[in-house]
Amino acid sequence: MSLLHLAIIAPFILAIFVPSLHKALPKIHTGWFLLPLPIVLFSYFLSFLPQIIRGETTMETLNWIPSLGINFSARVDGLGLLFSLLITGIGALVVLYSIYYLSKEKEKLNQFYVYLLLFMGAMLGVVLSDNMVVLYGFWELTSFSSFLLIGYWNHRERSRYGAQKSMLITVFGGLSMLGGMILLYLMTGTFSISETIAMAATIYGHELFIPALICILLGAFTKSAQFPFHIWLPDAMEAPTPVSAYLHSATMVKAGIYLVARLTPVFALSGLWVWLVAGFGILTLFWGSFSAVKHNDLKGILAYSTISQLGLIMSLLGLGAAAIHYPAVEAGFYTVAVSAAVFHLINHATFKGSLFMMVGIVDHETGTRDIRKLGGLMSIMPITFTIAVIGSFSMAGLPPFNGFLSKEMFFTGMIRAQEIGFFNMETLGLIFPIVAWVASVFTFLYSMIIVFKTFTGKYQPEKLEVKPHEAPLGMLISPIILVSLVVVIGLFPNIVAPLINSVMASILPSLVAEGMKFDVHIYHWHGFTPELFMTIGVIVVGILLYKFMPRWTGIYNRMPEKFSLNSAYDNGLAGIQKGANRFTNAYMTNSIRTYLLYIFTFLILSLGTTLIVKNAFVLDTANVANIHAFELVLVIIIAIGSVSILFVKSRMTSIILLGSVGYAVSLFYAIFRAPDLALTQLVIETVSVALFLLAFYHLPKVNKNEEHMRFKMGNAVISIGVGVVVSLIALSAHSSKAFDSISQYYIENTYKKAGGENMVNVILVDFRGFDTLFEIAVLAIAALGIFSLIKLRLTRGKEQG
Amino acid sequence: MEILMSLLIGVIFMSATYLMLSKSLLRIIVGTGLLSHGVHLLLLTMGGLKRGAAPLLGQQAEAYTDPLPQALILTAIVISFGITALFLVVAYRSYQELGTDNMELMRGKEGNE
Repeated sequence: MSLLHLAIIAPFILAIFVPSLHKALPKIHTGWFLLPLPIVLFSYFLSFLPQIIRGETTMETLNWIPSLGINFSARVDGLGLLFSLLITGIGALVVLYSIYYLSKEKEKLNQFYVYLLLFMGAMLGVVLSDNMVVLYGFWELTSFSSFLLIGYWNHRERSRYGAQKSMLITVFGGLSMLGGMILLYLMTGTFSISETIAMAATIYGHELFIPALICILLGAFTKSAQFPFHIWLPDAMEAPTPVSAYLHSATMVKAGIYLVARLTPVFALSGLWVWLVAGFGILTLFWGSFSAVKHNDLKGILAYSTISQLGLIMSLLGLGAAAIHYPAVEAGFYTVAVSAAVFHLINHATFKGSLFMMVGIVDHETGTRDIRKLGGLMSIMPITFTIAVIGSFSMAGLPPFNGFLSKEMFFTGMIRAQEIGFFNMETLGLIFPIVAWVASVFTFLYSMIIVFKTFTGKYQPEKLEVKPHEAPLGMLISPIILVSLVVVIGLFPNIVAPLINSVMASILPSLVAEGMKFDVHIYHWHGFTPELFMTIGVIVVGILLYKFMPRWTGIYNRMPEKFSLNSAYDNGLAGIQKGANRFTNAYMTNSIRTYLLYIFTFLILSLGTTLIVKNAFVLDTANVANIHAFELVLVIIIAIGSVSILFVKSRMTSIILLGSVGYAVSLFYAIFRAPDLALTQLVIETVSVALFLLAFYHLPKVNKNEEHMRFKMGNAVISIGVGVVVSLIALSAHSSKAFDSISQYYIENTYKKAGGENMVNVILVDFRGFDTLFEIAVLAIAALGIFSLIKLRLTRGKEQG
Repeated sequence: MEILMSLLIGVIFMSATYLMLSKSLLRIIVGTGLLSHGVHLLLLTMGGLKRGAAPLLGQQAEAYTDPLPQALILTAIVISFGITALFLVVAYRSYQELGTDNMELMRGKEGNE
């Protein structure tokens, strides 16, 4: 166990102690106990930075199931480090923010922080595991903790709905991802990601390559809320705002992006990968930004904005993968898309995190997030307003903030997409910059809505439940730190450039020669390039659309609710439940007879088929014992007795017939050299008949259960089937001896080892003593059952009727 | 003898199955009783019939009948007795409480389990 493993496990360890800390020190907000952990972890991961920038990676392995190739290998490289820093850094800020956001009197803080720690550890595990099975385990754990956190206010119906929805969609994707990983394992024979990457060229073209690719992408797309799986993310906004800021914007939803980035070296040789990732990304980008504008809930806008930004990063990663196809093309031509993706990943975490916290503050201080009720808060909450302006303008892509820089790089990447020469990208490629530009217009639009609808316009105190005022300082610290980063990165982008270079080395390892590095420089001014004109166009059109909003927003009502993805999900879920119910009720009829029918039919079919398929039926007439006349008489007695039970109406007669069959069987035992059996059977049969008569005394005299002819016929067919199959088995079992009998051992050793002369008795009490012990236990349980049944009184039934 | 016994066992199984599929609880219990007889005879027949003396060393015989099936059957007889007794009490009690011994009328209703 190395320090690195300890860092991943540390959140889980702390989670164990959180409930007792919460109980022991209720006066102190539980969040304070948590805060040091992400800070320490952040500093620990920061200490990796110099070596990562030098291009070295660290790998620590802890054996888990080495025989199956499953080991807890933790690997720190550029990509893993970037995510670890995001997880712990944003994590620290979110914990600090939550201390002021969640009241220690009203909320169940112990649960909240356990879930949060669970998530933090799981997410670190996802981004640092080098083993796919371990990664999958942590991946599902993030889904679970997300489920628990969305449903944190579990008395709300919407919370439970959102939690279930996110769980179903992300776990579906997770399972599909596991399938993809197993397919990869079948091709490579290893679960290690780094070894798989090394074998990328050999598995390309394997027949399982495309299925594995699609399965893995399903996992990534569901987790990162790509169209059409994005529908869970808006409902996940029912979670407390710190959770939305942390899981559903900065970290967990980026796990899918992480997965795509991590496996790009494996799959990027395939044009399908480029096409799918970029295509779904750009579709999500457009749909998310387009849908965001119609929402009135601030968190709803942010949710769709997150979806759209995730699509943006995804599409960039897809296009950047084209660089692996054309390593000869001048360095940086396609890879600019990847650097834009990584840069935007960082920027998005900063501005979106601050915006979520800003919305949380507005919600906390005014009691609503509805932009129709808000307005004119600028003078009341000046600091919050500043945070909103910086965050939103960065998101809209305005200079001098970091969002502007990544948006310019994004446009560059999109324009260069036209050069990609497969799947008709030469002609279709034009779609990418156009859609990207349109989506950016909507992005600009909703960014402006967030700022101006909330903070400017008419102040409507009558619509607010509480009198708004500026938030306490503690709540402002975290968003202020984030927006300072927005500004600092915006002004001096090249401070993150070394990190971006090392992340790119993880995503596109085949493009860096030994000892070489990517060399990304980010500039504000590129001259009068198409990118600049696109940005100017976005601003102009965006302002025009904002001015004339009421004139055109009617198009959103054109889309009928009936055909939306959400209603498809709801109806699908309800349909599955109904179908499952119907299916189960179709065979679970609560009737013993039906269940017995299943058992007997299965018996006939399975045994009968086995007899036929295995050709097992043999009839050996040579090796049989002779038949005496009195044996024949006994056979006839038993046959007549058992068959005539079927036809007698009186119960008394049927009991007498059963008794006669039993006594005849005990005579058979005597004939077949089994004196012990005969004696036992005689005693038991006598007691049984007495019991039957005793019960018979209490049962109704007349048998009124008239049965239909069809009912009888069905039963008769099944019964004859069972009889025939058992007869055949008995004949075959007698005729063919596959193995020698083990009984010789008992015959030889009964006296030698056990000192008894009656073999049957010795077997029962000595050789197989435990069997007899359990047999006695069965009898004791039956006796207890009988006793309690006689004592039992169904009082509930008595009251009702 | 073995062939004849095999056929007899088939008849017993057939009758037992038919009884168990009927609606009356008492007939089901009689059916299980009959079924256990069938199973015991089946075990005995599989081991071979009348091959040597009874499995008692005092007989000083050349060959003995296979003791193992007998031991199994002895256990089974006792267990099937326990089951019969339990079933009978179930029948008696359910008739007392529910007023019927018809299985179809005893079916649990939806949401009443």
